[in-house]
Amino acid sequence: MNAMSLGPYAWFIVTSYLLVTVVVLILIAWIAIDYRRQKQRLHELDALGVARRSGRSAVDIG
Amino acid sequence: MTLIDLANPTKFLNLTARLLPWLAGATAVLLLIGLYESATAPDDYQQGATVKIMFIHVPNAWLSMLVWGVMSVAALGTLVWRHPLADVAAKAAAPIGAAFTFLALVTGSLWGRPMWGTYWEWDARLTSVLILFLMYLGLMALWRAVEDPSRAARAAAVLTLVGAINLPIIKFSVDWWNTLHQPASVFRMGGPTLDRAFLIPLLVMAVAFSLLFVTLLLAAMRNEILRRRVRALQMMQVAQAGRRSA
Repeated sequence: MNAMSLGPYAWFIVTSYLLVTVVVLILIAWIAIDYRRQKQRLHELDALGVARRSGRSAVDIG
Repeated sequence: MTLIDLANPTKFLNLTARLLPWLAGATAVLLLIGLYESATAPDDYQQGATVKIMFIHVPNAWLSMLVWGVMSVAALGTLVWRHPLADVAAKAAAPIGAAFTFLALVTGSLWGRPMWGTYWEWDARLTSVLILFLMYLGLMALWRAVEDPSRAARAAAVLTLVGAINLPIIKFSVDWWNTLHQPASVFRMGGPTLDRAFLIPLLVMAVAFSLLFVTLLLAAMRNEILRRRVRALQMMQVAQAGRRSA
């Protein structure tokens, strides 16, 4: 996007797009970090020998 | 795999593992196309280049309502059919919906300042969307506040269905009241009033953001299922420890 062609309100346009980008990236990062945290907890429980009722390993996602 | 199979969280996890890479890829490609279309769209004869804000504001505004609609269907699933994944879906969707609503409010505000001369006006459309945002936050707080997941699920489902009353108010606020916000220009009787030069980038961005929502929702649902599995295992661990010490 060429900022020179955005006219006198370029600040509003660029800020809008940057804000959307930042919030979407935060959402993606938050979900990715949460996934790693849950898998980490399942690995810790598996290491302690806690198994699911089905007898499968705690870390067996499938 | 039939729809009923998805009631099984393990089968659902298998499905999301297969779907997520494809969905993420399709979302990224569509977002890039949408951004290119938005950047190369002509200026509006009245609004100038600020019309480019529409390409991100409108998809976020649509999704803010669509997500609550999805949560309302999930709420019915919790209360009526007691579907095991219904509450998982609603709880996972709430923060994503809150983010879309926040973006709709802020990008609308940034669009309003140069066009209306004000960042905010307490008119029916803006106020009803702000109420929607506060309802998302309230719902997220409710899930955190109630420790028993099944009680939290039922309370959240009731609140979600009550909050759904706000959706037609948001949609028709521009028709029922005299508002600063413009009336509908895409989904209206008689077809869109937007020129193709603006309509195509808008629709591409709308599809891209919808795919983004589906991708994030499935990933967040996977996390929620794992969180519940962790909780169940921790409770089993405590019970086993209690039996050993008894």
